[in-house]
Order: sequence, then C-alpha cells, then structure tokens
Amino acid sequence: MLRDTLQTLLSCYGPSGSEHAVADKVRELLSGHVDSMKTDALGNLIVEKFSADDNAKTIMIAAHMDHIGLVVTNIEKDGFLRVSAIGGIGPRLVSGRKVVFADGTPGVCATQPNKKNPSAQPSLNDVFIDIGAESQEEAEKLVAIGDVAVYAPDFTQLGRHKVASPAMDDRCACALLVELLMYADNQKHNIVGVFTTQEEVGLRGATVAAFTVQPDIGLALDVTGWGDTPETDLPAVKLGAGPAVKIMDRSMIATPSVREKLFEAADMAGVAVQREVLAYGGTDGGAIQLSRGGVPTGTLSIPCRYVHSANEVIDMRDMEGALKVLLQFVDLA
Amino acid sequence: MDLKTLTEAFGPSGYENEVRKLLKEAASAYCDDITIDRSGNLVCRKPGRDHAKPAVTFAAHMDEIGFIITGYTDDGLLRFRPIGGVDPRVVVSKLVLIGPDRIKGIIGAMAIHLQTAADRERVLGYDNLYIDIGASDGKEAEKLCPLGTYAVFDSEYTEFGDGFVTARALDDRVGCLNLLEILKNSDYEGDLCCVFVTQEEVGLRGSAGAAFLLQPDIAIILEGTAANDLGDTPPRYQVCVPGEGVAISFMDHASIADRDLFHQMKEVAARQGIPHQIKRAITGGNDAGSFQTAGKGARTCVLSVPCRYIHSGNNVAKLSDIKAQADLAIAFLNSL
Repeated sequence: MLRDTLQTLLSCYGPSGSEHAVADKVRELLSGHVDSMKTDALGNLIVEKFSADDNAKTIMIAAHMDHIGLVVTNIEKDGFLRVSAIGGIGPRLVSGRKVVFADGTPGVCATQPNKKNPSAQPSLNDVFIDIGAESQEEAEKLVAIGDVAVYAPDFTQLGRHKVASPAMDDRCACALLVELLMYADNQKHNIVGVFTTQEEVGLRGATVAAFTVQPDIGLALDVTGWGDTPETDLPAVKLGAGPAVKIMDRSMIATPSVREKLFEAADMAGVAVQREVLAYGGTDGGAIQLSRGGVPTGTLSIPCRYVHSANEVIDMRDMEGALKVLLQFVDLA
Repeated sequence: MDLKTLTEAFGPSGYENEVRKLLKEAASAYCDDITIDRSGNLVCRKPGRDHAKPAVTFAAHMDEIGFIITGYTDDGLLRFRPIGGVDPRVVVSKLVLIGPDRIKGIIGAMAIHLQTAADRERVLGYDNLYIDIGASDGKEAEKLCPLGTYAVFDSEYTEFGDGFVTARALDDRVGCLNLLEILKNSDYEGDLCCVFVTQEEVGLRGSAGAAFLLQPDIAIILEGTAANDLGDTPPRYQVCVPGEGVAISFMDHASIADRDLFHQMKEVAARQGIPHQIKRAITGGNDAGSFQTAGKGARTCVLSVPCRYIHSGNNVAKLSDIKAQADLAIAFLNSL
C-alpha cells in the first residue's frame, strides 16, 4: 500500500550525504520485484526493471532520498551544539523543533534571544541544539562535530486525505517510485529508478547517476510549492487537485515531448493533473536534462504545503493519482 | 622542491605556467607518466599492480588569487580587477608584481591628510583603486603592462615565531608541495594519480576537466583553508586553528565528504598519532565538488592546512600542519 510504503520511508534517517538508511529500506521493499539494484560512489541506489520489448526506451525516474538537516559545527563548553544548514533550512522554522541524530540521540532546537535587536529575524548562528548534556565532555560522548540532526520523524493524519511529516520532500516521491517499480508489469519501457542522494545541496547525486544510466528519457519526481493557503499567491497549485506536470522552474524548462507524454498518460489513466510553473526551486530533472549530450526530461510533482518545514503536508489523493499516471507513462508508445 | 620557491612562483588563475614548470620538473624525479591536459592541469600517474585496490587521485591547485589589468588612466595609473576572491580592504598600500617580468607596482589610495571624515568611513572598491607603476602617462603604462596582464601580491616567504610561516599563495602551494611528497613516498599498489589543477580560485574550472578525465574511485583534495582563530573570535567561529593539525572537512559549499572516508581519515590520523582537527564550518568550496560530480562520480574527502589571512598577500600557516597534511595523506593511502 502506498500509504504504508510512505510511512515506512518517512521513518528513515537520511540527510544529504547520509542517505544509506533510506537506500537499505528501499532495497528491502523492492527485493524480488526488480531485475537489479546497485549503489554508486555517491550512494545513489540505481534499480532496473527491464521491458521485454525490443524497441523499449530507457526511462530514468529519479526521486531523492535526502532531506534537509542541521550539521554540528561546534560543541559549546556547556554542552549545547552549534549548527550549520544542510540544504534550505529556515532559521525561523527550526526553533522549538525536536530533532534526532543518526544513532537516535534526540535534541531540541532553540534560538538565543537577540538582546541588541529583539525584533531582528534570527539567523542560524543564533540557533543551538539542546541534547540535555551538562558539559562539553558529556555532549561529546553523544555527538561529534560533523554529525547531522534532522527533524524527528512525526507522521500525522490531517483531515480525511492529508498527511503531515518532515521529509515528505522527497520521501513521498521515493514511495511513488518504489510502488511503480513493484507494480509495473510487462511495461513497454525499461525503467531505471534512481533513488538519488544530495539533491538538497545541488542535485549532486542525480548528476552522476544520469551520467551512468545514460537514459533516453528522464523524469524527476518531487514535491512542489503550494498556492492554496490564506494570502499566498505562488504558485497556482492546490493540494488534492491532482499531481502537477512541471512546465518550468529555476533548474529546468521541461522538454515539451516529455511534458506532453505526461499529460497524455494522465488523460489515459483518467487522472486530473495540474500545470505547474514554479518561480523558484529546482529538481533532479535539471541535472538529468543536462547530462552528457542532453536528455529529454520532465518532472511530475506532488503539491506540498510548508516545504522544508517540520510539517510538510501532502494530499494522498495526489499520490494515488501520480502512481496511476506513472504506471501509464512507462507503458506509453 | 621547497615551499619558498613554490610560493614565490607567479601563478594567478589562468596563468599557472611558471608553477606548473617547477612542479613538472620536481615530479619527474618520482613519476614517469606526466602529462598536461587541455585545461592545463599537470597529471602525474603511477599505475598500480593491484586492480582490486581503489584508484586514488590526490588533487591540489596551482593557481592563486591575484589581479588582472583592465585599463589605464591618462596620468599612467593601471585600473585592475581581482582574480578570485580578494577583499578590497586588504589591497590598499600593498606592493604588487605585474606580469612575468615582475614589474613593481603599488596599490595606492588617498593620503589620510586629504581625506574627509566621510572618506575615512568608506571602504574603497576596485572602481576606486589603482596600481601605480611610476609611468608618466597612460600610453607608457599600457606599453609596460598590456591589457590582461596579471599581477600578484609582492611578499616574501618568511618563517617566524614558533614554527609559523608567512607567504603569499600558501593556498594552495602547500597542497602542491604535499602532492610531491606523496609521489615521492608512496608505494601504493593500486592506481595512483596526483593532479595539480588550474583555475580553482575562479570556480573549480581546471578540476572539472581533470575529474572527468580521471574519474577515480576516491579523490582526496589537499587544500589551504581559512583559519579564524585570533582576537576576540568566539571558539564557534574559529573554523580551524593553526598548530592543531591538518583539518578534515565533513562538508563545505561544494561537497559533502563521503561519510566513510571522513571517519577513515579520523581513525587513521588517531591511530598514527598525526595531529588533526575537524574543520568546524561549512564555508568555502574546493575541487572536491568537481571530483564528486564528474562522470560516474567519486568518493571525496578534503584535508586542509589552516591558513590565517587567506586570500591576502600574507597567508600564515604552521609548518607542523603542512607536514601533518602530507603524513595523513600517505598514511591513508597505506591503509587502503
């Protein structure tokens, strides 16, 4: 079940550069369902499911395993941890949040008051993590400089269709890709599902995976911004109105042929989709499209509210729609 | 080869020839397979006997920050721009060497007597700074220093205090020096390559080509990195400290260290008693970014010598940290 797969993947620790727990879980879920699985130098998990068709094309479908985090840069005398951002961490969103390290060590984030300018927005230099240590020595037994904390897993059902969790960006896409690889059956094209690393710090995993895979067609699965909460204006994408076919973002103008194939697949699957133009952000699609001599590439997005917060909200109906579109997409002539 | 000769060589980004020549000559004593690729990188290969061992590349950049001449005033001053990140606050009243003939120049500014109170509050930018070469007019200046001529700070290699050294371009001639040490001392059984790259300071450009060409399993970058350990800087902003050993990075703006390599480096250093520290910031970026993302990708890790006043005319490093960088690189290789 999509929802179970999602919940399983959301529980894994996996900041950029340390995604192996997610990769291990994906391997476990896909064992027996695919033709091959391998891991490359950057930790990308590359999964192949071949077609029997002689004219099959190779479609690389990427979903990134990593999520944003806080890396420890200093341990203070009194046992508090100083941090820097891995990926787009909002200093205002961090304060008061529960975080967890790779070995399960918990902590809470706090912000020191700016006494000189109380109305100033906090920066990450004002943030620290409290792990309950009473001295530097005690803290050093639990955590080392370079260790990474992430928002603690926390899966919440909101209303009938919506779910909130950290790391929804981009584990919801990992869940879709796992289900696609499980349920695609005698599909027309070869699927190379790539669970990528280090997307949040610059599409690094997808860059090398695309070079290795050399696909005929590229597709990234990622979350996109929302425009359906009070007084927001960007972009014109709603939760629950279906997955979104990306027209463009800062990393890519989707190749028209791939974009049109996504619309066609949605139409055939009877799934309503939205058109997405994002004025900010990018996805692994940007890296795949520019690999080697260029790859026709598109992105299918899951609308997501409060992206990069500890409560990223998606609508499960969009997930179910996206899976139907994907199953159709890999089978299109 | 010694650090004095290397740091006094003239090699701003895009003009690394003098440095490359020195290094090529020195490397030829330890390596038979030396080539220069299309980006000007000096590639020294030692093919291995044991192909079960990972192919390892060590990289250091030959280029340094500097200046380039962009125009002239009628009265004979040179207009110029920085090559790489040079804070305009560190250039005023410094001597520079211009072009391969090392013409002397001075970056002047208005004397304090002539400044208004407002002038004294203002940081001079490159639009307001000039190099004075003592030319009588613009034409003469142009003849001596044609457009596009490079310049570097004029500073002398000096050892001082308790094992410290100050020189220009310690970033990254220390790494270059240590690549020679690796070539000299290694009997690694797998494929080994030491590559001296160009144009790091202007955006990891030389290494982009080298990384694609080499595509090693493991790439270790030897760098000079910013130390910030003086004055009233609180410990959490110090980044790394000269004298506390080679700095191992977990992450910077261009790459995240391979977690296994990062831990392996710490373990090897601890086991061999090599002084080391963890770089306590994610500032800067270096050629690891190129190696990690070129072609099929490589596992990377960065080992740095802490340098005070980096990207100025007088970097300061500790000789023991420079040695620790070479020691850890070689000990790591021997541990594979």
